[in-house]
Amino acid sequence: MSATNSITKAGGHSSVTRLLMRNHIWVFLALTIVVFSTASPYFLTINNLGNVLTQAAFIGILAIGMTLVMIDGEIDLSVGAILALASALAIGLQDHIGIWPAVFVGFLSGAALGFLNGTLVALSGMHSFIVTLGGLIGIRGLVFIYTGEDALMVGDFSYTEYPEIYLGPISLTAMIFIALALFFQWILSSTRHGRETYAIGDNIDAAHDAGINIKRHKIINFTLCGALAAIAGILLSMRLGTAEPNAGKVWELWTIIAVVLGGTRLQGGYGSMWMTIGGVLTLAVLRNGLRLLNTPNYVELMVMGTVLVLALLIDKLLSRQEA
Amino acid sequence: MADPILTLSGITKTFPGVVALDKVSFDVRPGEVHALVGENGAGKSTLMKVLAGLYHPDAGEIIYQGQPVQIDNPLAAREKGILLIHQELSLSPELSVAENIYLGAWPTNALGVLNKRKLRRDAQAALDAMGCSFGPDDRVGTLSVAMQQMVEIARSQAFSANVVIFDEPTASLTDTEKDQLFTTIRGLQRQGVGIVYISHKMDEIFELTDRITVLRDGQVQGTVTTRETDATAVTRMMIGRTLEAYFHKADSTFGEEVLRVDGLSLQGQFEDVSFSVRQGEVLGFYGLVGAGRSEVVETLFGVRKADRGTLQWQGAEIPLPTPRQAIDLGMALVPESRKEQGLVLMMGGMENTTLPHLASYARSTVMDRGKERATFDEYKDALSIKTTGPDQPVSTLSGGNQQKFVLAKWLCAGPKLIILDEPTRGIDVGSKSAIHTLIAKLAEQGLAVIVISSEMPEVLGVSHRVLAMAEGRLVGEFEGDAMTEENLIDAVSHHLARPAAE
Ligand SMILES: Nc1ncnc2c1ncn2[C@@H]1O[C@H](COP(=O)(O)OP(=O)(O)OP(=O)(O)O)[C@@H](O)[C@H]1O
Ligand SMILES: [Mg+2]
Repeated sequence: MSATNSITKAGGHSSVTRLLMRNHIWVFLALTIVVFSTASPYFLTINNLGNVLTQAAFIGILAIGMTLVMIDGEIDLSVGAILALASALAIGLQDHIGIWPAVFVGFLSGAALGFLNGTLVALSGMHSFIVTLGGLIGIRGLVFIYTGEDALMVGDFSYTEYPEIYLGPISLTAMIFIALALFFQWILSSTRHGRETYAIGDNIDAAHDAGINIKRHKIINFTLCGALAAIAGILLSMRLGTAEPNAGKVWELWTIIAVVLGGTRLQGGYGSMWMTIGGVLTLAVLRNGLRLLNTPNYVELMVMGTVLVLALLIDKLLSRQEA
Repeated sequence: MADPILTLSGITKTFPGVVALDKVSFDVRPGEVHALVGENGAGKSTLMKVLAGLYHPDAGEIIYQGQPVQIDNPLAAREKGILLIHQELSLSPELSVAENIYLGAWPTNALGVLNKRKLRRDAQAALDAMGCSFGPDDRVGTLSVAMQQMVEIARSQAFSANVVIFDEPTASLTDTEKDQLFTTIRGLQRQGVGIVYISHKMDEIFELTDRITVLRDGQVQGTVTTRETDATAVTRMMIGRTLEAYFHKADSTFGEEVLRVDGLSLQGQFEDVSFSVRQGEVLGFYGLVGAGRSEVVETLFGVRKADRGTLQWQGAEIPLPTPRQAIDLGMALVPESRKEQGLVLMMGGMENTTLPHLASYARSTVMDRGKERATFDEYKDALSIKTTGPDQPVSTLSGGNQQKFVLAKWLCAGPKLIILDEPTRGIDVGSKSAIHTLIAKLAEQGLAVIVISSEMPEVLGVSHRVLAMAEGRLVGEFEGDAMTEENLIDAVSHHLARPAAE
């Protein structure tokens, strides 16, 4: 009988260690916070932490959409460009149709482009890497045409006052990020669509055999990802009061880094918004901490790159132990 | 006799270059177990995929509960009460047991919010009905293969299935697990469920089933009552000739020792394993699934790292190799799971066969297609592989034919030692004896051969010497007249009966 017992369940770890293994990013985040707190007296102040959260929000909102798409086993490289387009439209159209209609058009542009990405991926069978790489280039071109290669300035400065709404140390931008993250975590864990996202990324054949409509499902997630990128773009335009054609350049990479750092699997099927929040905050804390210590920019990049590889290495080692 | 619950008539399905099903008629009665047998590529899985809504037939009619029906997609099949348990398990390892049971049909409210309470409660009820030891919240990835299969079978309770199809369900189960499965199947039978059972194992078919339908090249050869026939007759229907019922043992003279292993140990897997094998010798490893046999040979091949132990290769002591070094030394390992190991599914059979040995098929850097083609033809014939040509992607081959390409790939390297881990799992009876003959031929050419098998007649039939293994230890070595089924069973069960040492 013991022959069967020994293979009934893999691994003998307690649920606590397993929980830690699956959420290593929070341990990592706690470590970085401890390190910077001892290194700089300014780091652990309410004000600075509030700032970190605001700085994290933009990549953070992009990362929420990216997480959905990545759990599905896909990737979206066009989010930075969509962000730029939405922010350009939100500012550029204000003089013609008013603030809120302009914002709405910006939002719609993101959702529509996301829908287009998703439809192309689902119907053509092309890999999303290729489709959205095309999107990245094409949409950025569109932004340059629309802005005429110059930054657009906001006319009505009341527009830039919304981000100045604060709840204690927490800005509106940060609140929106947190609210969206919590909402989509709930979607992932509690709705049929969310759980099916895992099913598809994990074993697409099994999902197909079970009758899940994979195409529609992927289109929805790409649309959400585009819409979220537009929200990030609109918030950015409010904060800066301008829309630069180069806004959000290489942000898709930082976004992917944040998501992967959190522990969401590039191959799909595994991940969560908690992990993504952890990854986003870790990146933001690192960047903020290094700036407080007046680290030169290139050193900052080197440290961040090293951290990424390290974090993934830890993840690999832990998941090997778990298996 | 009860009316059939499901009747297929004139079902035809073609793929480019093959008629997989040719006017097939088949029926299932409530409460019966109906075996579907046939050679690899005969069309068994294809027929069942038609039933499960995965393929649409080109022609033919399906009558279900007295009504002609169309089965458009897998969900429709399941909602009608037709459930397919796949040849390769169809589960999401990251999701919970409950989520997997109801995959694609989760209970939600109007807004799409999951009703987790109902999901868990219903899943628990389904698991209870089957007497499962795991819970609805367990992650499927942490369960053993047998338990994962139970998760799939639990769908029969969850969807109150009327017809359940098992496609080679016992391929990776231990004997105890197989008995459990049979109990479950008999339970379904008592509930009046009609069961289709696909297998290459004759003993299972005669133990379990009421009727047998034989497919050959996509055509029905006939349906017979199990009680009124025997294995020889069924085999003849399957392959169109009588199969010689004896094993061909290699008639070779043993040469130099090729490999000697001393005290090989890997914590939690196996302890103190020592043995040797000579040129021309076939060494059998017998044991139940999970005894540690695969782990031992994977360690020899460098896939796993041993904690302790020494290795002698052709008389000289060497460090434990990496897989690359093992290949260069002249070892070949045909692993037991074809799915994860060995095949590039999008490539054709020919390219898969020559993949590990490209250097010997290239003139400078340009591939010698003619030479590749010759190898392909040689093994296609030797193993009677059913494929439309060298470039048919192996992903579209039947399960057993994929397995044969894994074999071909390692055989054509011309190794000094070849290790075959369950070489005939999922392979039809006709090709099985072709593989046994091939093993003998290899030994006669002077290769050292190690064969791992859970099938006692096979291991006794092809080997010159047999090692019995249980719970990670060698528990007996048998040669000549001592090689009997009783001795092997004794050695293994004697060990298992002992209270654990630690
Ligand atoms: N998607 C496909 N495309 C092309 N050919 C296919 C496809 N699926 C199956 N076939 C072919 O149809 C034939 C029947 O295959 P099937 O899988 O039904 O065999 P099987 O009886 O289940 O064999 P096994 O015992 O090996 O599992 C084979 O020749 C196979 O190559
Ligand atoms: Mg099959």
